[in-house]
Amino acid sequence: MNSLADQFLVLCLLLNFAVLGTSRLNFSVRSVALQGVLLGILPALVHPFSWHLAFIVVSIVLVKGALIPFLIIRAIKRAEIEREFQPFIGYIPSLVLGALFTTLAFIFAAKLPLAPEHAGLLVVPASLATLMCGFLVLMGRRKAISQVLGYLLMENGIFLFGLLLADAMPVMVEAGALLDLLVGIFVMGIVINHISREFSSIDTSRLSALREE
Amino acid sequence: MMWALVLLPLAGALIAWLIPDNRKRALVLPVFALAQLFLVGALLVDTPPVSPAGWILLDPLGKLALISNSVLFAVCAFYAVGYLAYRRRRPNRVLCAALLVCLSAMTLVTISQHLGLLWIALEATTLTMAPLIYFNHNARSIEATWKYLLICSVGIAIALLGLFFLAYSTIVAKQDVTLLLPSLISDAAALHPGWRHAAFIFLLVGFGSKMGLAPLHTWKPDAYGEAPGLVGALLAGGLVNCALLALLRVYQIAVASTEGAMFQGVLLVMGLISMAFAAVFMARQSDFKRMLAYSSVEHIGIITVALGLGKGALFAGLLHMINNSMTKGVLFLSCGNIHRAYNSKSTTTVRGALRRTPWSGALFLAAFLAITGSPPFSPFVSEFLIVSSAFVQGNFWTGGLFLVFLALIFIGMASTVLPVVLGEVPADIERTRYRDTLPTVLPPLLLMGIILTMGLWLPAPLQQLLHEAAGQLGGGA
Repeated sequence: MNSLADQFLVLCLLLNFAVLGTSRLNFSVRSVALQGVLLGILPALVHPFSWHLAFIVVSIVLVKGALIPFLIIRAIKRAEIEREFQPFIGYIPSLVLGALFTTLAFIFAAKLPLAPEHAGLLVVPASLATLMCGFLVLMGRRKAISQVLGYLLMENGIFLFGLLLADAMPVMVEAGALLDLLVGIFVMGIVINHISREFSSIDTSRLSALREE
Repeated sequence: MMWALVLLPLAGALIAWLIPDNRKRALVLPVFALAQLFLVGALLVDTPPVSPAGWILLDPLGKLALISNSVLFAVCAFYAVGYLAYRRRRPNRVLCAALLVCLSAMTLVTISQHLGLLWIALEATTLTMAPLIYFNHNARSIEATWKYLLICSVGIAIALLGLFFLAYSTIVAKQDVTLLLPSLISDAAALHPGWRHAAFIFLLVGFGSKMGLAPLHTWKPDAYGEAPGLVGALLAGGLVNCALLALLRVYQIAVASTEGAMFQGVLLVMGLISMAFAAVFMARQSDFKRMLAYSSVEHIGIITVALGLGKGALFAGLLHMINNSMTKGVLFLSCGNIHRAYNSKSTTTVRGALRRTPWSGALFLAAFLAITGSPPFSPFVSEFLIVSSAFVQGNFWTGGLFLVFLALIFIGMASTVLPVVLGEVPADIERTRYRDTLPTVLPPLLLMGIILTMGLWLPAPLQQLLHEAAGQLGGGA
C-alpha cells in the first residue's frame, strides 16, 4: 500500500464527516459519490494491472460516481426536497458520535489479529469507521433519501474491507454485487418517489400507519 | 442443464414484460412454472456433476429447497391466473415479470456452492420482492415496502461483511483465500478462530434478519400484511427457505469447525426467543394476515431450534422446512381469497367465512390445524420428532418450553382464526365480486393434499433425500 492510497483513505474518512454534518441533501449525495469514486480507484493503486481489474475499476467509478448519484438526485428533484431539518440525531451530536466511532475503529483495528502484510494499514480502521458512520446516518435521519445515503456509506465501508480479499472475490461476484447495489438504489428511488406522492413528504417518521394495536 | 434452471424463468420474465395484454400476460406464469418444475424433476433423476469451477452443484440440501420452492411457485403461478382475473384493472406487468425473476434468483440460491454467488442471488431475491409487496400501490403497502427494503438490505449487507470476515480468516490462516463452500468446510477447523467467530455472528444476524428470526423480524408483519396473498405465500414459503439455506451453509462450516457446539447453542436460544415473540404477539391479533407473519416467525423459530438441537432433530427440522412452505402456501392463498371476498382483513368485519366462501374458509381452517401441529397433517410429524429428539437428548428445558410455546400459539391463533371462519356473516357487509372458483381454490387444495399425504406417508425417495441432507449438516442417517 502506498502513500497515495493512504491519502485516499484519509479523504474517505473526512467525507464521512461531510455527510454527517450537513443538512443539504445534494451535498451529501455528492460526498457519498466522491467517496465511492475514491474507493473505486483504490484497487488500481494497490494491485498490479490486469484487464479484470480495469473492468471492475471502471464499472465501480461509473456506477458509484455517476449512475447512483444520478438516480438519487433525480429522486430528490421529483420529490422536490432540498434539505433535511430536524433529524432524529442532530448534526452536532452526529459529528461527535462520528468522531467517537472513528477513534474506536482505530483502537479496535489495532487489536485485530490481521495478517502480517495488512497490519498497520489504514484500510481496516477506515472500513470500520465508514461502516459505523453509515449506520449512524441510517438510524439518525428522518428522510428516506438520507437513509439511502446511510446505506450507501455502509456499503462503501464493507467494500473497503473487501479490498483485502481481492483474490477471493472473482470479477463475476464483484460485478454482481455492484449490479445488486445499483438495482437496489433504483428500486429505492422509485419507492421514495411514491412515498413523496402518497404522503406529500419523504419523512419516514410519517410512515407509521402499520403498527401493533 | 443447471444454468437452464436459472435462465428459463428469466426468459419467461422477458416474455411477460413484452406481452401487452393484461389478461393474457398472467398465462405466462403457469407455463414457465411448469417448465421449470419439469426441469427440476429431470435434474433430480439425473443430477449433473459439479461445474468446472466448482460454483454450481445441486447437493441434497439444495435439492430440498429447490423442490419445495418450485412446487410452491408452480401452485402460486396457477393461483395467480385466477387471482389476477379478479384484479383486471390493476396493471400486472411488473408483478408477472418480478415473480419470474424472483423464481430465477431463488433457484440460483439453491444451486450455488460459492458463497459470493449465493449472496448475490439472495440480495436479488430481496430486490425483486419489493415491487411485489408494493402491488396494491397504497400508502400502507408503500410503508411496508420501505421497511422491508431497508431492513433486509442492511441485514444482507451485514451478511456480506460476515462473508468477507470468513474469507479473511482463510488469509490469516495462510491458506488460499476462497469462498467456495467445499474447501471452507474441509478447512473449517484450520480457519483463524477470531475472524471465523466474528463471521458466524455477522452471518447469523444478516441471514437471520432475512429469515425473520426474532428480534430481527420487525419487517415481517407489515410486509406479510400488505402483500397480496400469493406474494405472501412466496415470502413465507419460498424466500424464507432461501435465507434458511444460506444459514445452513454457514451451519455446515460451523459444525465442521471447532465451534459447532457454540453455534448450535446460539441457534437454540434464538429459536426459542422467536417462538416466545410469536406467542406474545399472536394473541389478540385483529388482522389475520399479520397473524400469519407471527406464525412464520414461530416456524422459523421451530426450525432454528431443531438446528440447535442437532443430531436426530436435523432430519425433522429439514422436514419441517418443507412442511412450513406447503402449509404457509395454503394459509396465504386461502386467506387472500377471504380477504378478496370481504374486502377486509380485520377480524371485526370478517366473520363466517365458511358460509360466504366455503372452500377457502375450510382450507383456512384445515391449514390452521395443520400449521399448529395437529395430526394427521405433516407438520405434526416434524414437530413431534423435534420435541421427542429434545427429550431423548435430555434437554428437558428446551422440550418443555417448546411445548408451552406451541400450546400458547395454538390458543392465540385459534382466537383469531375461529371467529373468522365460524359463525354468521355480518348482515351489513359490503358486496364483493369474489366467489370461490376452481382457479383460486384448486391450487391451495392441491397443497393441502400434499400436506395430508406427507403426514400419513413419507415417500421413500424423499426420506432418503432428507437423511442425506441431514447427513450434510452432521446428523447421522
